[in-house]
Order: sequence, then structure tokens, then C-alpha cells
Amino acid sequence: MISMETIVLKGRGIVKGRAMGEALVSPKPISFYGDVDPESGVIVARDHPLKGASIAGKVLIFPRGRGSTVGSYIIYRLKKSGKAPAAIVNEETEPIIAAGCVVAEIPLVDRLDRSPIKAVSTGDLVEVDGYHGIVKVIRKEA
Amino acid sequence: MYLTKEEERALSGEYGAALQKAYEILVALGEVMDAERLVPIKSAQIAGVSYKNIGDAGLELLNDFASMGAKVKVLSTLNPAGMDLERWREMGIEEKFARKQLEIIQAFRRMGVRTTCTCTPYLIGNKPEFGSHVAWSESSAVAFANSILGARTNREGGISALAAAVAGKTPLMGFHLPENRAPKIEVQVKVVVDSVMKASLLGYVVGELSSGEVPLVKGRICASIECLKAFSAAAATSGGLALFHIEGVTAEALKRKKITTTHEERVQVDEEEMRQCLERLSARGEVDLVAIGCPHCTLEEILEMARALKGRRVRRDCRFWVFTSREVYSKAAEKGYVKIIEEAGGMVFSDTCMVVAPLDSLGINGVATNSAKAAHYVPSTIGAEAVLTETASCIEMALG
Repeated sequence: MISMETIVLKGRGIVKGRAMGEALVSPKPISFYGDVDPESGVIVARDHPLKGASIAGKVLIFPRGRGSTVGSYIIYRLKKSGKAPAAIVNEETEPIIAAGCVVAEIPLVDRLDRSPIKAVSTGDLVEVDGYHGIVKVIRKEA
Repeated sequence: MYLTKEEERALSGEYGAALQKAYEILVALGEVMDAERLVPIKSAQIAGVSYKNIGDAGLELLNDFASMGAKVKVLSTLNPAGMDLERWREMGIEEKFARKQLEIIQAFRRMGVRTTCTCTPYLIGNKPEFGSHVAWSESSAVAFANSILGARTNREGGISALAAAVAGKTPLMGFHLPENRAPKIEVQVKVVVDSVMKASLLGYVVGELSSGEVPLVKGRICASIECLKAFSAAAATSGGLALFHIEGVTAEALKRKKITTTHEERVQVDEEEMRQCLERLSARGEVDLVAIGCPHCTLEEILEMARALKGRRVRRDCRFWVFTSREVYSKAAEKGYVKIIEEAGGMVFSDTCMVVAPLDSLGINGVATNSAKAAHYVPSTIGAEAVLTETASCIEMALG
């Protein structure tokens, strides 16, 4: 059954742009330096719940960034090799992710009125509007 | 975040794509951190230089940014690179790594950055005045600039420092605001700290004890540049400290008649605390590399080593490596110190250090150093055991 109710989350647009994609939701913070393979876009951190998943083309949803500032460069690298997420949604973003999204031109939204980690599930079709800070769940995963 | 008309124009791309990108980065960071506005800066210290650190991702970004026509507006200096830019072969660096490293330096040069490659920019002409706003990365230099010089900076990353250099501005937040610079926790030091190694060890202990708050340190602490840079580096390593005050020593502590903490919290450091920290950081194994210069050596430190090594000989199965900035190296070479150290079998390298160079392939097992910061990083970056000890004892270990 496809739910007719569209979920709309409102928050803060940090990096402008619009994107649509399948959601990939991580309950854990992500360090792009170390957790993500810059060539393939696959999460490689041994203890990460999304280990083995590809972030390429996804709307990547996670609480916040962590780790080395080299993570910003990795986001740029992923974009250049076509393996970057289509958009990033954080609970509360921080400078590593913000700088990376600006240079890679990836829409970035945070501080939503509901936790995106709870409201969105992996596999949902999601639209992100970085101009207005809006995350819309178009279709829930059955 | 509030922007002036001029800043709005830069953000909209009226002054070119590179400046627009720099403003986009600064505005995004400012908004994330709830900054009110941007503030002009006097200088920048830019991290993300070693190819070992930023890899092809970083090289690509720097080349693209330089090709967009990015040019720095303020005095901008660089963090250490992954090798001595001239004598990399003698460090055992591979050709492929060297080529990439030199490309990174070239990209910075195209943007008008002084390609100094040192963690001690304040020793080579990037020394901001008391109260001035700067955008620095390199954690030890940030702690030194804020604390010893009384300049104002947050801990910038490579990209944010570069964007700030290009725009000549940084978001007004964090340690740029006086209210965030007051000490919150008092640390009473019950031991006499009279050497670089002890200052370094104390910095490491204070960093751990402060739990991210700005500390006010009281005690008998060596106030030489060498001791203070060692303390800064270690406090930034263990506790991420960007600012500390030492009564009667640091810039803001000297400026005010009375400096007091805003909180009641007090902690003490005694002999036992120092001994326990030393034991955690230091192993007792064989040493096959003695590495001095984290942070980069001053001319006086190189003189001290030249004096100790004069007429003596480093044992065959041990390397004795000194790290410094190219400017200090030139002076040390001019005065003959480098020759003395090299005649004794040691090496003096510029532009790099034991933490950022790819030394993991050299098969080094034990590294002796006088730096708690180096002792902290060496096990993971070189894959060797660290021995943290006084400078004189490091030298003795190399002589065998």
C-alpha cells in the first residue's frame, strides 16, 4: 500500500539546490574520511550499520558529520567521480559536511521540525529543496 | 547571517567564480555556526597540504580552485607538506608521492599563498598582533596564536582557511568573540616545568583535564618560545584546546590586572599525574629514529642539538632527524649548525615532519622524541613505538 499522506519536513537550507533520490538513512554520524571509499562511494567502516551500502545518487540522511576535516575533500572527490549523494540531510550539520557540500554543490538541509532519521526510512523516495530547507517524502517504501 | 552590500555582490558572483565560491563556503559555515556576520582577517594559515593527508581528492580541489582564478587577499602561509620539498629522496619518499606533493604546492603558489610549509608560521613572519582576527588551521599554531600572541582564531580546516584567505574574511563566531575567550577552569600546577619535554607533557595533561573548556593555568612554567609552542601543540592534541591562559605568561593573562575563571572548577597537576601521562605516551623499546621538531624547531633548538652532537657520531642503526621551516633551516645552515649535525650523521629537513610524512614504509620500530604531540601520533602514523623523553636524552639515544 502506498500511503497517500505526503510527509513534509521543514528546516534550514545550508547549501542551495534541488535533488530527488532514494533515501539512505544512517542512525550513526558519518566521517567521510575513513568511513566512505572515495572511489566507489561505498561505506566501508567496519562497525557502521550501513557497511557495504553505496551512497551514490542517494539522499543521504544522518545525524551529523564527525572526524577529520579531510572529509570535505572526500565529498568533492565523490562528486567528481559521480559517486556523491544527490543531497545530504542532517539533524544538525557541522563545518566538515557544510564545506564539502558547498565545494561539491550538493544540496544540504538540517534542523528540521522532525527528526529526519525517524521520519524517513531507507528506500523512501525523497525530494530535497536546499533553497527553502524542505525535505519531502514522495513515496514511502512499502 | 548579515552581509554587507559588497559581500552580497561577491556572493552573487559579480567578482568572479572563485570569490563567489569562497563566499559560499564562508556563508554556509557562518550559518551552520550561527555567526552574526563576517569579520576582516589579517592573515591565514592553511592546512590540507600533505598529499598523504588530502590525497587526490584534495589535489583535484586545489587545482580546480586555482584554475577558477582564486587569489588570496591576505598574508597566507602553509602547513607542513608530506616531505622536504627539495631533499625528499634522502627521506626515502617515492617519486610518485613527490610528484603529487609538488603539484599541491604549485596549486597553492598559483593562488598567491606563501609556500612556507611550517606549523610555526609565527616564527617566519606570519605573527599577528594582539587582538587581530585571523583564520588559522594547524591545531598547534591556532593554540599559539590565540594564547601566546592574543590573536583571535577558530580552529579552521584546510578549506575554510583557504576560503577565508581568498575572501579576506571569516565568520565572526567562537574565539573571535571576547566572551568565549574567558577561562572557565583553573589548573594548578604543583610541579616545576623547566624543559621543553616537561612543558609538552604538561600541555598534554592540561588538554585532557580541561574537557574542552578554556583553562587558566597557574604554576612555575617555562615561558620560552620553545616551551610555549610545545605546550600549545600538546594541549591541542590531547584536548583539542584552541586557547589557554597561563598566569603571568600568555597574552591576555598579561594584559589584564587580574584574570579569574568564570566557573568554580579547579583541578591540580602533581608529579604523579605527570608520571602517569608519560607512561601512557611512552614505551621503553629500542629506538631507531630520533625525531626532534614537533612543532618545527627554532634556531635556538637547532643550536642546542649542534652543540650536543659536535664531534660525535650517530650510531649506524639509528636515524637522527630534525624538522624545521625552510627559513630557519637557511639561518641554521648559514651559521654552520646544519653542517655540524650532518657531520655527526644526522639530517635536518625542512617543510615537513614525522607526523605528516609517509614514513610508515621505512620499517621504523621505535621513535624517540621530546614532543608529546609526536608521541601521541607516531604509533598510528608511522606504526612505531614512541619514547617520550628530554631532548638531551633523545640525543644520547641516537649516539648509543
